Amino acid sequence: MKIDKKTIEYIANLSRIELSNQEKETFVHQLSDILAYIEKLNQLNTQDIKPMAYSINTTNVLRDDKLEPPISREDALINAPSTMGVFFKVPKVIE
Amino acid sequence: MISAVSVAIELQKVVIMEYEVVIGLETHAELATITKLFCGCSTKFGAEPNTQVCPVCLGMPGVLPVMNKKAFENALKAAVTLNCEINKFTNFDRKSYYYPDLPKNYQISQNYYNLGIDGYMDIRVNGFQKKISIHNVHLEEEAGKLIHPEESGADYSLVDFNRAGVPLLEIVSYPDMRNVDEVESYMQTLRKILLYTEVSDCKMQEGSLRFEASISLRKKGTEKLGNRVEIKNLNSMKSVIKAIEYEAMRQSELLDRGETIDRETRLWDEVGEKSQRMRSKEESQDYRYFPEPDLLPVIIDEKWLSAIKASIPELPLERKQRFIEKFKLSDYDAGVLTEEKVLADLFDECVKLLDLPKAFCNWITNDLLREVKDRKLDINDLKIKPKQLASLVEIIEKGTISSTIAKEVFSEMLQTGKEPQKIIEEKGLAQISDKGLIESVVDKVIANNPNVIEDYKKGKKSALTFLVGQVMKETKGKANPKMVNELLTKKVGV
Repeated sequence: MKIDKKTIEYIANLSRIELSNQEKETFVHQLSDILAYIEKLNQLNTQDIKPMAYSINTTNVLRDDKLEPPISREDALINAPSTMGVFFKVPKVIE
Repeated sequence: MISAVSVAIELQKVVIMEYEVVIGLETHAELATITKLFCGCSTKFGAEPNTQVCPVCLGMPGVLPVMNKKAFENALKAAVTLNCEINKFTNFDRKSYYYPDLPKNYQISQNYYNLGIDGYMDIRVNGFQKKISIHNVHLEEEAGKLIHPEESGADYSLVDFNRAGVPLLEIVSYPDMRNVDEVESYMQTLRKILLYTEVSDCKMQEGSLRFEASISLRKKGTEKLGNRVEIKNLNSMKSVIKAIEYEAMRQSELLDRGETIDRETRLWDEVGEKSQRMRSKEESQDYRYFPEPDLLPVIIDEKWLSAIKASIPELPLERKQRFIEKFKLSDYDAGVLTEEKVLADLFDECVKLLDLPKAFCNWITNDLLREVKDRKLDINDLKIKPKQLASLVEIIEKGTISSTIAKEVFSEMLQTGKEPQKIIEEKGLAQISDKGLIESVVDKVIANNPNVIEDYKKGKKSALTFLVGQVMKETKGKANPKMVNELLTKKVGV
């Protein structure tokens, strides 16, 4: 996969971060290098290997449907950048 | 159904002449659990804002979600009931998007190994059965609720996270529906299945059951699907039907003018009864699904799956068939009874207590439903117990009260949940079968109505009905009608 400036801008937008032109250049090289390194794996035959996403061999961790006490509303709102009364306040969303 | 049928006729006239409407539905149902999907916060509807929250559902850093077993099993139950192939290995994935109703900026959902795939549901439309294929059934977390202030020019929105993390089941159909009748039947059948299996309470007014439709048109007789348009913000089944009707018309007009249909998402405006573009395919979001590292996969073994299968109750169509065969009910009556699980349950319990299916069927399908409609009651909050309805029917059979009085008792039972016997005693409603007492009233009525007696003797048979009515009036409807008739006929002679 080729990483160009457009890709960097796309990823930056998805991540909601702003990058300077110089940073974009830097990341084009860095991400290309990382991908090139990872692509070494393509040299291996993985035909019969299933994709693996979990590094431990445990499954089925489930809990009973039992109530636990919530935290107080004051605590819930305490770290919010903006609140109004009993609510979290966010910039207007239009949908 | 009537409105849907007429809408369908309209559609057929205008659109389906030339085009075939292709419809698929996405359904979201909140699962009937006490706690949220990944934490122990309550799912109860209507609590004060932001009082049913904890670090997990608020998306605080460093927290660890743990799967609710009941939610998982409910979802599994739905997938099995919808005849899905069950993925023995399932996991959960992060679906990233920025919207302030999600505190984490991603939703935990399923993408790579959905719980159930390739299922189907049988629906009935105008007496015919049709199979609607289900693409997948999966489990995900609900988002919080956004409140948009009424004041004009407000530059903010408010968020209540009570709903964030409530277990949500998504059921995605294939585009197998061709008209609004099928859509209506699909929605109703699915609702019934989710209610019967107790997977969801399906309260649409509380948002527990929601639909999104995707619609495309193609020239009749062609195979290739047209560009599809998704419609969101459909708050009732009625909106779904109206939005599909609107969208089919909109697309057919565009196609008639030789224009193309953009693949886009549109929002339904319930008040204006029209839709508007929300985003086009080009602006469509990149969800960057990847396996959720905080949750381990779930393996569904045969033993677990059999236990789930065994827990699935008799479904509406099977139950209807049993009512017809075992209790000799008409197709119509059995249909009405099984339309709502609570009614079918009430009926089943009653016939266990007293073997008079036809009588119970009549009470439930006629009187009960009329009272529910007249008094705008919620069918799930009825106070009447099977034992009470059974004893009412028993009392009628014994002749203690007339059927007219019985209706009064029944109405009272529905309102108060009192025992019928108690209502009869309190209101003095027991039927009078005392021959002497009835005779004295009959004599009085005869004495007071000499002209009517004359008419009767001259051959006016209807005069007798009037006299019976007078006796019933005197006894406040409590006299045994059969005895009144006999005594009057005897005394007046012919």
